[in-house]
Amino acid sequence: MSALSISVEVPDRVSAAFTAERGDVIAVIGPNGAGKSSLVKAIAGLVACSGSVRLDDRDLLRLPVRDRSIGMVFQDQLLFPHLDARHNVAYGPRARGVRRAEALRSADHWLQRLRVGDLAARRPGELSGGQAQRVAIARALATDPDLLLLDEPMTGLDVGVATSLRIELARHLAEFGGISLLVTHDALDALTVATRVLVLDEGRVAQYGTPDDVTQRPVTDHVARLVGLNVLRDGDELRAFDPSAVTVDLVAPSGSARNRWPGTVAVVTPHGAALRLVVHVHDGPDLLADVTPAAATELGLSVGRDVWVSVKQTSVRSYTAPAN
Amino acid sequence: MSDTLGRPPARLLIPAALGTLLLVLPLVALVLTAPWSLLGEQLASEALREAMWLSVLTATVATAICLALGLPLAWLLARVDFPGRRILRTLVIVPLVLPPVVAGVALVSAFGRTGVIGEPLREATGWSLPYTTAGVIAAHVFVSLPFVVISIEGALRSAHKEYDAAAATLGATRWHAFRTVTVPLALPGIMAGGVLAWARSLGEFGATITFAGNYPGTTQTMPTLIYLSINSDPEAAKTLSLVLLALSLAVLVVLRDRWLVTP
Amino acid sequence: MSRSLVTRVVPLALVLLLPLSGCSDDETELHVQAAASLTGTFQALEKEFEADHEGVDVKLSFGSSTTLAEQANDGAPGDILATADQQSMDLAVDGGSVAGEPAEFATNALVLVVPADNPGRITGFDDFADTDWVRCDDDVPCGRLAVSLLDANGVTANPVSRELDVKAVLAKVTSGEADAGFVYATDAVAAGDEVKVFDVPGAQDQLNPYFIAALKQAGDDDLAQDWLDLVNSDKGRTILTDAGFGQP
Repeated sequence: MSALSISVEVPDRVSAAFTAERGDVIAVIGPNGAGKSSLVKAIAGLVACSGSVRLDDRDLLRLPVRDRSIGMVFQDQLLFPHLDARHNVAYGPRARGVRRAEALRSADHWLQRLRVGDLAARRPGELSGGQAQRVAIARALATDPDLLLLDEPMTGLDVGVATSLRIELARHLAEFGGISLLVTHDALDALTVATRVLVLDEGRVAQYGTPDDVTQRPVTDHVARLVGLNVLRDGDELRAFDPSAVTVDLVAPSGSARNRWPGTVAVVTPHGAALRLVVHVHDGPDLLADVTPAAATELGLSVGRDVWVSVKQTSVRSYTAPAN
Repeated sequence: MSDTLGRPPARLLIPAALGTLLLVLPLVALVLTAPWSLLGEQLASEALREAMWLSVLTATVATAICLALGLPLAWLLARVDFPGRRILRTLVIVPLVLPPVVAGVALVSAFGRTGVIGEPLREATGWSLPYTTAGVIAAHVFVSLPFVVISIEGALRSAHKEYDAAAATLGATRWHAFRTVTVPLALPGIMAGGVLAWARSLGEFGATITFAGNYPGTTQTMPTLIYLSINSDPEAAKTLSLVLLALSLAVLVVLRDRWLVTP
Repeated sequence: MSRSLVTRVVPLALVLLLPLSGCSDDETELHVQAAASLTGTFQALEKEFEADHEGVDVKLSFGSSTTLAEQANDGAPGDILATADQQSMDLAVDGGSVAGEPAEFATNALVLVVPADNPGRITGFDDFADTDWVRCDDDVPCGRLAVSLLDANGVTANPVSRELDVKAVLAKVTSGEADAGFVYATDAVAAGDEVKVFDVPGAQDQLNPYFIAALKQAGDDDLAQDWLDLVNSDKGRTILTDAGFGQP
């Protein structure tokens, strides 16, 4: 039996079931409105839901929020504005009856670990977004939770700040030892931080697997776009291939009709050393194709150009969407 | 008078100026026409000192009671979902629209010597609220409490509920969160409510006289003393009003600096 | 502050509005300004007067004697002024508003009233002092009269409350909130079965006199005189006596 076994339903928002083991870091991804936040808030007890959240032998949903032994990191931090960073972090231990001096020592320890020890005396209003989020993470970890819920902690942060925080967060979550749920809309989070990826689509679990699994064989267009893969769907049959495996020609290439499509170049953007084209396929979904600048010049690939795109069968991964 | 958004329009400035005039002019007139020469004599009078002390005492105690009762009530209305919440909110606000004298009559009906609660209380203990300083305070609380509840409920609604949620995830009981998060965040609104209650109590007259009566030293507050002076000695009434005005202004100015400044 | 504003502005506004009412028809009007305690009796007199004077519409307005006198001095329209004390009438005389000599037409005596069920078990003036009793404040006429009578009788006990006017005293007694109170005889009569009445020793020596006079701005002197005559007629006296007033 798994350490964590979740089956929750938030009316009109989420209906999801999955399990996890101790030490798992689960990235929850999906488009806006997929129910990512509702899921973690339901587990935390901040939105009403039915079902069960079984952690070891306890059903968290039957417990009041304070007894669920969860740590929650909110997107907008929700640091208490009237308390300095130190007292924000000490709040959890204090609320659980830890003596003042000990709680403050623990707060200092966690602030140090999140590398904001020098900001202990600052109030939230005097912290930058990244600093505030570090304090918020310290605050959540200071209660020594069994389950850590992070609701889009990187959202709203500058790219550089998010990157360094992401690296540290990966380390902290790995050291944490409990189970973490990280809601994110960034594929990088899923790849760098998570041990498991939970893909939500319209409130349901569309895919649940290792980061490799999910990024190599995405079953939703959202994840395909996130990871930059072309995914073609035929019933439960899915075929994925990388944009770099796509060939662009001005005339119809030879080969299987299943692997070639006529279309129009819709977007041209730089992508590393290559150019990435979005080709508007006449009778199917848009496809991505990476071409070298030289090839682009040679073929005169600009927006509006009619082209054929094709892919070798050997570059296509075929798989079946998991039944959920 | 102008900023980058453009000049404030006259159609807003003119009513604003009229409003200011309407509020300020009578007070200025009172100050201008008051017989200042009588002030010293008035200040020395036993009646004034007694009434003044009683006014400050009862208004302060009433404010404390209003906060002690109004804060939990406002919290209940702002933070707890329960059937009949809208009805309760309406009931709490009703005393606002009652003419004070009617409020006094209502208090008599409940806590008077022959009142619904007052009569059994008096039979059991021999004690009743009317004609006592406690009765004055009760009248003040009755008319002031709605101000406190409305003010604090507004503050609680604008102070985000999510902080309560954050406190709960950190292991706080509701009571702990109330003390450590809810109240500190709503403090400006709570103080504003307290100031409103104090000001309302200080000026309260109708309910007090109807319920508690009028006796110097026990139940006679400044407004009652002023009202009586209007009949017998209108000039004295003006100077008494000035004293009350000065006291209210002093308190409001002190509190304004601390609590009533809106960013 | 707001009180003084209200007591000044509201009557003034009402007075200003008065000329606007009833101007449309040809009826002759007689404006009578009377102390509030005369409300019932003057309404009865109005009926009598209008029955005898076809085409005449009597307009009664009631208020505090002092206020009415001040309004008369300010030129408010009125034909008759009736006050519940001498000071107010003197005020109107000094202000030059009164035509002729004011006449005392009624008196009102202070009495002791207790609630019908008499919770203080009071048997008379001798044993009210140690109950919860009320009177008017020293600063209002009924209170001054009460203080004077109590002094004359050597009573030193304090009331539990000094009410702002005599109606408030009566209300405290009729509602049972006070064991006893000092009100005018007319108030006691008006309260009917709700109160028991006891005489106050010496009350007949310190009567509250009511004065009436025609005003200079009277539109029709004859009509004004007719009203004065009616008040002093047998019929008028009967109405006043029935209401509890004494004769001077």
